[in-house]
Amino acid sequence: MMANHPESILQEEIIPLSLVETGRSVRLAFINGGRELRSRLADMGLVPGMELRVIRNTGGPFIIAVKNSRLALGRGMAQKILVR
Amino acid sequence: MHDSRDSITIALAGNPNSGKTTLFNQMTGHRQHVGNYPGVTVEKKDGFCRHKGSAIHVVDLPGAYSLTARSPEELAARNFLFDEPPDVIVDILDASNIERNLYLYTQLLELNIPLVIALNMSDMAKSRGIEFDLKKLSQLIGAPIIPTVAHKGRGVDELLDAVVSTAKQEGEYKPAPINLGRDIEKEIEKIQKLIVAENTLPAKYNPRWASIKLLENDPEIWGIVSSPDLRTAVNQSVARIEQVFGDHPEIVIADQRYGVISGACQEAIRLTVEARHTYSDKIDEVLTNRILGVPIFLLLMYVVFQFTFTFGAYPVTWLENGFLLLGNFLRSLAPNQADNILFSLIVDGIIGGVGGVVVFVPNIFLLFLAIAILEDSGYMARAAFNMDRFMHKIGLHGKSFIPMLIGFGCSVPAIMATRTLENRRDRFTTMLVIPLMSCGARLPIYTLIIPAFFPLAWQAPLLWIIYLIGVLLAIGGARLLRATLLKGDNDPFIMELPPYRLPTWKGISIHVFERTWMYLKKAGTIILAISVVIWALMYFPVKEEFDRDYEAESAQAEALFLDGLKHIHSIVDMEVSFEQFRDELEDHGGKSEIHHDESMQAFQEILHDIRNARDSFNQTIQQENIQEKSLDFVHMERMLDSTLMEIERRSPLLYSAAIQYLDELKKPFEEKRREIERSKHAEKLSYSMAGRIGRGMEPALKPLGFDWRIGTALLGAFAAKEVFVAQLGIVFSLGESEEHSDALRAQLRREYTPLTAFCIMLFCLIAMPCMATIAATRLESGSWKWALLQLVGLTAFGYGVTFIVFQTGRLFGLGI
Repeated sequence: MMANHPESILQEEIIPLSLVETGRSVRLAFINGGRELRSRLADMGLVPGMELRVIRNTGGPFIIAVKNSRLALGRGMAQKILVR
Repeated sequence: MHDSRDSITIALAGNPNSGKTTLFNQMTGHRQHVGNYPGVTVEKKDGFCRHKGSAIHVVDLPGAYSLTARSPEELAARNFLFDEPPDVIVDILDASNIERNLYLYTQLLELNIPLVIALNMSDMAKSRGIEFDLKKLSQLIGAPIIPTVAHKGRGVDELLDAVVSTAKQEGEYKPAPINLGRDIEKEIEKIQKLIVAENTLPAKYNPRWASIKLLENDPEIWGIVSSPDLRTAVNQSVARIEQVFGDHPEIVIADQRYGVISGACQEAIRLTVEARHTYSDKIDEVLTNRILGVPIFLLLMYVVFQFTFTFGAYPVTWLENGFLLLGNFLRSLAPNQADNILFSLIVDGIIGGVGGVVVFVPNIFLLFLAIAILEDSGYMARAAFNMDRFMHKIGLHGKSFIPMLIGFGCSVPAIMATRTLENRRDRFTTMLVIPLMSCGARLPIYTLIIPAFFPLAWQAPLLWIIYLIGVLLAIGGARLLRATLLKGDNDPFIMELPPYRLPTWKGISIHVFERTWMYLKKAGTIILAISVVIWALMYFPVKEEFDRDYEAESAQAEALFLDGLKHIHSIVDMEVSFEQFRDELEDHGGKSEIHHDESMQAFQEILHDIRNARDSFNQTIQQENIQEKSLDFVHMERMLDSTLMEIERRSPLLYSAAIQYLDELKKPFEEKRREIERSKHAEKLSYSMAGRIGRGMEPALKPLGFDWRIGTALLGAFAAKEVFVAQLGIVFSLGESEEHSDALRAQLRREYTPLTAFCIMLFCLIAMPCMATIAATRLESGSWKWALLQLVGLTAFGYGVTFIVFQTGRLFGLGI
């Protein structure tokens, strides 16, 4: 099913969260940061494999939905979070 | 664990925004106590309630996502749970956000303390299409679950029932911590066995929990491990886990926990639609909009500022007048008050000092009301985000913006408002630079000095420049602090945006009264003490022998006045005796007892009319700011003259007597009396410790262009900034009221150069935050260290800046 869909191929590529358009759902692949940061993000639900939905990516805060709660991220942070 | 079976201690745990504090308020009402956890500045709240014969002590732990040692809040919560284990932990879960909330629960399970879950906001979750199979969920996660709706008080009784029955359960509590997967459990078991065998860790830590924390690289637990064998074993386990999973153990463990939670939720929760956030998301599209977000925020802040200081101005004036009346009333009780130490202490020291701080209570109350509404509605998180990009550049957090803005009104509520900052470094940095935001009490200093030395065209820009200098120095100071004393990485900016909610009255009122009460308590303790010290500095040593014989001088003036009055009495030639004439004019005797004499009444009326005409003339000139010799001024003068002429026409004799009385007798007499009073005051002050300190400081102040009089006034400014103006009036033996400020300005112009004047403003802006500010910093930082650092640091900084400005100015001949 994945192979039939041109977009799903793109989804398999690892890209920074900051490039994901509003409304799309992705899975967290890896966090490009130190141990401290990664553990802090893990406490907030950001562990590899977690499903994230981009609520807003149009300037201003970057807002994502994680398990039915809203997290606002700085743009720098959204660049460190790699998703597929 | 507890001796009495009727007394139960419970701890409330939960994520931020889970409704924990609302539930706490519901349980305890106003029977709360706010303190600090030992050794840290984290706020500790506890309270009491009774439930069906059991006394329950409720501790509200700081909101946390996890039990790591990463933030002081989490550490404080964790330490509390180990040091004073409660009988039951109540974990509050936001029902609409249960999966992420359960993460903390999985860690609480490892503590070996009985747990009860409050599934909060369950009504909202239900209406949003989330269905719970509570029985199944309770089985899966191993704790009783009670649905609650905290803000409506629903489910609280049932929750307390469950708490009491859990606390009184017979037999040992056997929790079933979640299984972290075979590979990790194997390593945990190894470490756990070693811990038990070595028995070197404090008994309060249960071995399984300590093992997990060691694997997770928890610095606090690693710090107490002394056994090299244990360290080696843990390092080996970590290496094995990293090899198997390709990631650090803490990430793998977190992943496992989420996995277990996810599994349990899939079995017991049915999600029909995800809708809770739709309205919130819509509001956010406006309030955090890239273009509109910041202007809306600034507008809201403007409203808060206006609300606090404009609305608050009325009750503040009432309080001020109240204290004035109280002081005057007490003065009237002691006939010889001038020499009475006790009265001076009470009236000038305590009422003056503490009253000067208490009058700000309405501001504090309104400000915290506004902040509570912003916070409880969920807007504060958005406001922080809107300002973060800008504040980040100066090394501060988005949330720092609000306290700094409040600083323009008064530093004390501003410092108290730093409580909204979670990160200690951000909080302390903000607190320390807040006094650089030019507060309202410094405005009287600027408005005294600027018109005295600078032409009209410069006045407004100069005032603006002074404020700007404060802001720029605050930014510079914040960067400096973040690069030195409060060094550390910025917290990664990630924040939960809670859904917008209508704040509840109960929550807001508890919050507001608590803060206001804390402020009052401070006024009653630290500020009372400092007020007494400053009063003593100004009062002692008491001067007994004066340079001039003031008593003889005032007796002489009195005699001169009576002679003049006799003369006028003879001119007007009326039936009333001189004594009656005097009493009626000087308002001595009761009016009703004096029989009415026609000519006396006419004289009184003429006096009254002349005074009225002159007063209204002066008032208009002042209110409309009419310049002398301007066309309007001449016009006004003509009007006054014609009014006076009309009065004269009624009785030329009485009129000339009245003018003589007012201008040649009453006015010089009053002036003389005031001059004596002021000179005496000035002599006393110059003789007092404060005066001597001022003189002693003169060599140090000279490089700034200041003399001892400014030094003494600066000492007064430490009590409250606006006291500087009054104090300067006293040392120059001029009055301190509004009508004399022009005389004071003229005097200042004679004594100082514009450069010195600018330096005075600069020094008052930067150096020596007032005692209320220092007291607030002491209270909020939890130690004198930071308060003294603020006092000494800012004073040294202010000295340095003023020194450079004065010396440079002199070198280039600017403003001399």
